Amino acid sequence: MGAKYFGAAVRRVEDPRYLRGEARYVDDIKLPGMVHAAFLRSPHAHARITRIDTTRAAAMPGVARVFTFADLARFMKPLPLFGAPPPGLAARVSFTMRQTTQYGLCKDVARYVGEIVAMAVADSRYRAEDAVDAIEVGWEPLPAVVDMVTASEPGSPLMYADWPDNVAVGFTHAIGDADAAFTAADVVVRERFRVQRYVGMPIEPRGVVATYERRDGTLTTWNSTQVAHWVQQGLAAALEMPPHKIRVIAPDVGGGFGTKAAGYAEDALIPIAAIVLGRPVKWAEDRREHMMAAAHARHQVHDIALAARRDGTILAVRDRVWLDVGAYNSWGIVLPYNTVAHLLGPYRIRNLHVAFKAVVTNKTPNAPYRGAGRPEAVFAMDRAVDCLARRMGLDPAEIRRRNYLRGDELPWDLGMPYRDGNPLVYDSGDFRAGLEAALRAARYDEFRRAQPALRERGIYRGIGLSGYVEGTAIGPYESASVRLDLAGRVVVVTGACSSGQGHETSFAQVAADVLSVPLEWVTVIGGDTSAVPFGVGTFASRSAVTAGSSIHDAATALREKIIRAAATLLEAAPADIAIEDGRVLVRGAPASAVPLARVVQASIPTFAGPGVASPDFEATAYHHVPTVTWASAVHVAQVEVDPETGVVALLAYLVAHDCGKVINPPIVDGQVHGGVAQGVGGALYEEMVYDEGGQLLTGSLMDYLLPTAMELPPIETVHLEHPSARNPLGIKGVGEGGAISPPAAIANAIEDALAPLGVRITETPVTPARLLALIGAKKTA
Amino acid sequence: MTHRTVRLHVNGREYERTVEVRKTLADLLREDLDLTGTHLGCEHGVCGACTVLLDGAPARACLMLAVQADGARLLTVEGLADGERLHPLQEAFWTHHGLQCGYCTPGILLTAKAFLDEHPRPTRAEIREMLAGNPSVAAPAISSSSMRS
Repeated sequence: MGAKYFGAAVRRVEDPRYLRGEARYVDDIKLPGMVHAAFLRSPHAHARITRIDTTRAAAMPGVARVFTFADLARFMKPLPLFGAPPPGLAARVSFTMRQTTQYGLCKDVARYVGEIVAMAVADSRYRAEDAVDAIEVGWEPLPAVVDMVTASEPGSPLMYADWPDNVAVGFTHAIGDADAAFTAADVVVRERFRVQRYVGMPIEPRGVVATYERRDGTLTTWNSTQVAHWVQQGLAAALEMPPHKIRVIAPDVGGGFGTKAAGYAEDALIPIAAIVLGRPVKWAEDRREHMMAAAHARHQVHDIALAARRDGTILAVRDRVWLDVGAYNSWGIVLPYNTVAHLLGPYRIRNLHVAFKAVVTNKTPNAPYRGAGRPEAVFAMDRAVDCLARRMGLDPAEIRRRNYLRGDELPWDLGMPYRDGNPLVYDSGDFRAGLEAALRAARYDEFRRAQPALRERGIYRGIGLSGYVEGTAIGPYESASVRLDLAGRVVVVTGACSSGQGHETSFAQVAADVLSVPLEWVTVIGGDTSAVPFGVGTFASRSAVTAGSSIHDAATALREKIIRAAATLLEAAPADIAIEDGRVLVRGAPASAVPLARVVQASIPTFAGPGVASPDFEATAYHHVPTVTWASAVHVAQVEVDPETGVVALLAYLVAHDCGKVINPPIVDGQVHGGVAQGVGGALYEEMVYDEGGQLLTGSLMDYLLPTAMELPPIETVHLEHPSARNPLGIKGVGEGGAISPPAAIANAIEDALAPLGVRITETPVTPARLLALIGAKKTA
Repeated sequence: MTHRTVRLHVNGREYERTVEVRKTLADLLREDLDLTGTHLGCEHGVCGACTVLLDGAPARACLMLAVQADGARLLTVEGLADGERLHPLQEAFWTHHGLQCGYCTPGILLTAKAFLDEHPRPTRAEIREMLAGNPSVAAPAISSSSMRS
């Protein structure tokens, strides 16, 4: 195989349909006789339902039916739960974990604003919403549990009467001897940092369409999801149907970010309505619903302390962490342990003690979102490191230089398990070299030299650093089948689901190289459970590695089959057969070349006789990765702060990153840029705000601010390539990384800009109001 | 619910439809004319995914009622290309990887087209302003969506 396409900046094959407005998202699907669902959602953070009367709503024009829990009791199965610790992790860390059941429709108590209480189905969405307005509900409000830290303490009102407290996941974790290191330390810094609740906010909201065919007992559902096979498994359990009778299709999906990898009530409610009503049903989430009911994310508090020697060597980290998981703990240890596993990042630190509490509150349930526990860890750690540097009079670059792991120290064994239960060993990279590359490319020293003169002129410019090491591409596997059709063209199917990141191109590049065919011969199909029986889905920066490896393996096996058939056809030894640009030939005999189609066609039995071989031109692989592979990056943010208004302008942003070998450079750059944009939102603008009664105050995009082109600086990327040995392609995941470091890098830059004032940034987003308050407090002090 | 008949000229074709007066222009395009390239991202005028050109100027189809567009000439994303040949903006977005999931792309393309019709040689700063919804160019705030990728 030659690498003709792998690494090449080929234009994306999926783009024409997007550009022409011909892509098909869930809301674009229209079926004969289709009716539309709308939901009544709890207006209360915490309240008991005393009565529901749907009589008036059900009698309204165009209304097909109104459903409450009681109406659908026979279908009401607990929604899927994730995140039990795998054996290798459970053996080392002792978790207290409580998970409670959420049903598709609220049974008796609503636990967050937006929880579904009833579903109305009518002949148009307008009329379904009319019906929702006419449903009468009696509510008995209950005390709301809102602040995660007080909720974790004795005396707080309880979310669940049968729990001793509100802690859903509790554990401590230690490596080395942190106590001894702190005792021996020359310098100790400690601080409390808060990371706000902010979210993925895909511009395409969620949506579900379902149709049930009674004649053969099949359910087909289109779902704007990143995890078609998970949705299928959830439906198989909820509906007690065999999976092969349930086809889940994730068509074009307009952004996922993890928000669309969670399990949702609507995934089941729309198919249930289709079964009960005997008609196709559509629900298209609106933005208001999305903001109150699609999974929220982030939201941690860290009480972190660092111990260091006089020379700046960091000896130990102690951290107490709270995570607000919202009303239902659907994700178990996933976010808590992700945070712990990524806390030490690129630093050479041998002693760690963490005490973690994931707490339930009356808020929208939390789920992994691009970074998934890592941006929070990196914010706490990299802010603390800057506090340490300031205390010791060291430049933030210098303290990192002294503590970042070098390439010759890898593989680096942290002495703890990863979340998959396997040993946490950084496989490849050179974090110190990445730091130096970032500093050079960002002209860090030049910035530092110019800074004092600018300050004298009243110009507050700052530069901030943050680095991370990210376990990407969690296993255990992804599926892929590769086959030829009668014309010798290639079909690749996989369990990975694109939400717009270019799977149809990247995966075709991998397959085309292995099979030595033109790129345009390859069609990639993902997000359809009927195309491949098993699959996992796209999240955790996993698809290039896991699906890419399976496609590589399957295409390699298919290539062997082609060569065997061609050897028979061309009457040569298999070792003498070559495939070049879609033609097979005997090496050294160009005249022998025949198109791939001829090999396929000659293998098909005819009335005249058997084929030259069996026409078995298909291979399937379930590549099982040994564990995650470790990507890394250093981010450099340059800001200018206006101390009169508190406004922060981003001047420049640089990312020096290692994602191993790159399949398609523009696609990788696009992933980095998109992640950085979301990280900038987290650093400066975005926050889901609740009041003390658990009411959501940010219910629209007028209240919840997304960054726009005006707020984003040019983003420069430097590619460092340390191939992974943990997969056949040498690649590492890149989907999430861009979003991990911006909050820390930008906060560090703001603090650097305001160093003469001594302002300390302890929470995000760093809004003008927050920053002015900090500046004001320093001026009056 | 009151109904009205609206006549529209969309992408060079005449349409006449009878709709509820509360129906939005976006829903008319998507449901009654099967022009699903106009996407709904927020339905309150911020994300810009639903932007169409109404008598040549960008308008958010989610914030207008269909009856308000009676008699108007509309261009939606489906009308940009010349048959098989993509519009130069579509070609440029393809070549320069100017899209990922494609959801907000139709609105951005139409906003950019209206902008370039008036500013054939814009500066970089003007392009950023256009993408961020500066009122001086009467463009919708679409760049939030463009950056969500």
